[in-house]
Amino acid sequence: MNDLLKQLTEAVGVSGAEKEVRLLIRDLIADHVDEWSVDTMGNLTATKRGTGDYDMRVLVDAHMDEVGLLITDIDSSGMLRFTNVGGFDDRALLGKVVQVGPHKVTGVIGARAIHLLKRGEYSKVVRIDAMRIDIGAKNKEAASSSVKVGDYAAFVTEYEELDGGRTAIGKAFDNRAGCAALIELLRGERYPFDLVAAFTVQEEVGLRGAKIAAFNARADAALVLECTPAFDLPKEQDRSPNVALGKGVSVYVMDARTIQDPRLVAHIMATGDSQGIPYQVRQPGGGGTNTGAIQRAGAGIPAATLAVPGRYAHTPTMMISLDDYDNIVRLADATLRTLTPDTFRRD
Amino acid sequence: MNDLIRSLVEAYGPSGFEDGVRDLIRPLIEPHADEVTVDALGNLIARKRATTGEANPLKVMIAAHMDEIGIMASHITEKGFLRFTNIGGVGSHTLLGGRVRFADGTLGIIGVDRMEDRNSIHPLNKHFIDVGATSRENCPVRVGDAAHFVRPFEARGRHLTAKSMDDRIGCAVAIEALRRLPADVSHDLYFVFSVQEEVGTRGAEAAANGIMPDVSIALDVTLTGDVPESRPMDVRLGAGPAIKVKDSGMIAHAGLVRLMRRRAEEAGIDYQLEVLEGGTTDARPMQLAGPGSVAGCISIPCRYVHTPSETVDASDVEGAVALLVTLLSADMEL
Amino acid sequence: METFELLKQLTEAPGPTGNEGGAAAVIESLWRPFVDEIVVDRVGSLLGIKRGAGPADRPRPSILLAAHMDELGLMVSRIVEHDGNGFLRVTELGGVDRRHLLGQTAIVHGTRPLTGVLGGLPDSYLSEKERDKAYSYENLVLDVGLPIDEVRRLVSIGDFVTFRQSLRKLQNGRVAGKALDNRASVTAVTICLEHLQQRRHTWDVIAVATSQEEETFLGAYTSAYAQRPDAAIAIDVTHAKGPGTNDSELMELGSGPVLDIGANVHPGLYGALRDAANALEMKIGTGVHAAGSGTDAYALQVARDGIPTGVLSIPLRYMHTMVETVDMGDVERVGRLLAEMVARLDDNFLGNIREELMRPEISIKNGRGRSVSSVSEDDGA
Repeated sequence: MNDLLKQLTEAVGVSGAEKEVRLLIRDLIADHVDEWSVDTMGNLTATKRGTGDYDMRVLVDAHMDEVGLLITDIDSSGMLRFTNVGGFDDRALLGKVVQVGPHKVTGVIGARAIHLLKRGEYSKVVRIDAMRIDIGAKNKEAASSSVKVGDYAAFVTEYEELDGGRTAIGKAFDNRAGCAALIELLRGERYPFDLVAAFTVQEEVGLRGAKIAAFNARADAALVLECTPAFDLPKEQDRSPNVALGKGVSVYVMDARTIQDPRLVAHIMATGDSQGIPYQVRQPGGGGTNTGAIQRAGAGIPAATLAVPGRYAHTPTMMISLDDYDNIVRLADATLRTLTPDTFRRD
Repeated sequence: MNDLIRSLVEAYGPSGFEDGVRDLIRPLIEPHADEVTVDALGNLIARKRATTGEANPLKVMIAAHMDEIGIMASHITEKGFLRFTNIGGVGSHTLLGGRVRFADGTLGIIGVDRMEDRNSIHPLNKHFIDVGATSRENCPVRVGDAAHFVRPFEARGRHLTAKSMDDRIGCAVAIEALRRLPADVSHDLYFVFSVQEEVGTRGAEAAANGIMPDVSIALDVTLTGDVPESRPMDVRLGAGPAIKVKDSGMIAHAGLVRLMRRRAEEAGIDYQLEVLEGGTTDARPMQLAGPGSVAGCISIPCRYVHTPSETVDASDVEGAVALLVTLLSADMEL
Repeated sequence: METFELLKQLTEAPGPTGNEGGAAAVIESLWRPFVDEIVVDRVGSLLGIKRGAGPADRPRPSILLAAHMDELGLMVSRIVEHDGNGFLRVTELGGVDRRHLLGQTAIVHGTRPLTGVLGGLPDSYLSEKERDKAYSYENLVLDVGLPIDEVRRLVSIGDFVTFRQSLRKLQNGRVAGKALDNRASVTAVTICLEHLQQRRHTWDVIAVATSQEEETFLGAYTSAYAQRPDAAIAIDVTHAKGPGTNDSELMELGSGPVLDIGANVHPGLYGALRDAANALEMKIGTGVHAAGSGTDAYALQVARDGIPTGVLSIPLRYMHTMVETVDMGDVERVGRLLAEMVARLDDNFLGNIREELMRPEISIKNGRGRSVSSVSEDDGA
């Protein structure tokens, strides 16, 4: 059992309320870094000083927030109205168990039973503003004693490793998988340069935390560790999956927010090739990671993204391959260990 | 100037892959600048220092973007065809039968999946590129490779047509202005040939953060309203460079607009005023950088923007150079 | 000055996004007696700095109060001749609600101000697919009633247009007019500065009437970058209950300030505002946003290395129209609440809110109207 992934994914940290994850990660890294600090938005930044070979600072980012729900109102019957935090498919919500607020009050998202539906209603998507979270309270007064407007809610999903042990399911692999990988890097040997690890907030609501973390880091280069949605399900046409589970680390080239630094991408691929670490190029196109904010911070930072492919992103239960996870740790580590100022020379 | 424009517009430089354009421009500007640098994202920055000995000369940033729209391979089929995604604002109505070229010279022809309805435009993801390969294995292109559209430069009288007038024509205006500026200037001038404008004005944002200009001027193309049944707009080809008042991402500094108008009038340069209802330029991130800068834009009117036949008028280009030179040579009381 | 008079002066001054000078002049005259220094920066924001009573031998912390002063408006996009007459076509500045334009009067800020009417052809003259739809900017004209030569002489493409609307009193202390988004908040900041004349505060106060919030948050980004405040509050308007907006989470007009919780808000700033309201025994509402707050806070929060930011709002009906409506009592309460909050800021505030980010959640119980953290073991702010 991968305890790191278990602890990290079972912790709650919806965008804007990442405290629990922040404290957990602080405890997991404190003995392995030279210093750590927290900025005004709640980004946790740690420095692992280098061996002194290169006068360079490299930022490695992993966002610690997850998508979730936010309580907007408590109605007179004690039901909680809510909105989504981060991108969601409304169809993923019905019938889910959630934990509400810092004290993790259990609630369920229910809807009118199938027996009572009118003709035609059955195939319609129930929209989020028509759903309620039921915590069992009898009225507003009673509900207000344990939850309040502005509380965040997360799914309740335990981490599990499936038969054979190389596939894991759980919530929030996006992006606790990236956090776990970054923690493993911090626990390793020093790099030839100063490594600044940023566990950032509010990625899912617009790459917000990374903007100031990158401004603060004053880095010469950056690597972002992520979990990217994988659509490798049975399909008819020859369009291939964007990325597939078990086929290696997903390397970004371009998404909706960035064109990844070509020099860094080439270095990553060369590293993977020479060290025999499997990787796959993620289909360029949509999506976006903190690289989008980091690349433009200050006077610009060359940046690239590595990701663990994850099926069923932004739902209560994601699935990843633990081989991919092991490989992202290896590839990120090998990429960093062979990174030099020459990697970024233009000629 | 046509030779300069031809060499610029035919160069390869989709957003993120501007190296070729940068290599082309660099030797052209080096003789006219005090210092030429390339920043972390690849912006080419030519600095011409104030010579008047003033303690705090104004820092003026002039930005023209080097990148052009293009495509990137996203999938290679078993039979060796490419599926692709857009780099920047590529309209799917401009694709069928078009040609693209990859960095290594590979030429591709754009085809479309079976058309069920010839009267509707097929989305980008129903198009493919044929590079002459017969299998995934012998395809010379890999997922993630970028290409630009190809179409030769043509001059028809005053009308100049090419695939990437947006914004190599701005680059040409900047290069020509830098050449024509007097040796002595009273402002610190930063001519920035920026990257990644077409994907969200990313390069200029970083460059502006590095420079922290007091005054910013973008050089870019703008749309026109002078073709049949076009969206109404009071900008036309041949009536002079356009002084931007507003676009959908920025409102130009009113004092800078007034100054540009006055300088144009003093120098007898025809100009137009521009209110653009879609799109924006590098002026937006420059205006927002740091404590903010006084920002504006000199636009070159252009027909058929984001197609392989972008068309400008040589007299507008000439006017833009003249306006920029007169603006930068004199005082800037705003 | 009476609140109505303040609101009247402030809302009737022209200050469309990108050309806020008219509003800035009025604000400057109102703030000058209350502040030590006034600056207009190069993107058009107006800053009033009131120094705190803290020791002069070391830098005093500062709080930035941002209320945007720009208002929605229009801009001349084309000048069109018809039958010897000059008509103006316009485009919008900020998110104008187009449905409200037909029949409205407006002022074109040409070489001199010109009054015009926003008109359009009747339904029967419109193409089939445009009938039954709100007028588009291609169909609307702004008619200043002048021949084409006169129009060309007086008006340029790119001239700014503001709506003509004087502030009206409704019943129950409510007022309606244009630009209450966000001059109502500028009024509240003015009231705050006035209260602070009688209050001791150790922190510096940087009151900013920001420019171009409605387009790019320009003034918030740039003033926060230049001033480097230690904390910031965005003051803006929020939807109140009204026709079509009876969602249970919205506040009634007159029900008091609304404090935001959400991604743009630092819990410490929320707490400080809430505690100040409690000290005044002032009723407050709660607003919740999951991502962007749609206010200057969106920019303030991420300026430089980040600024702890709060959001305080005034309930308002009919946002982005010429009949925006607020309750004057809410405006006054927001002003008073701001002053109270500023006066309570002390040397420990920043340290406390920093620690709060790393303090494990402890308490469980709370009562109605009180939040969990207000009864936690060691309440920070």
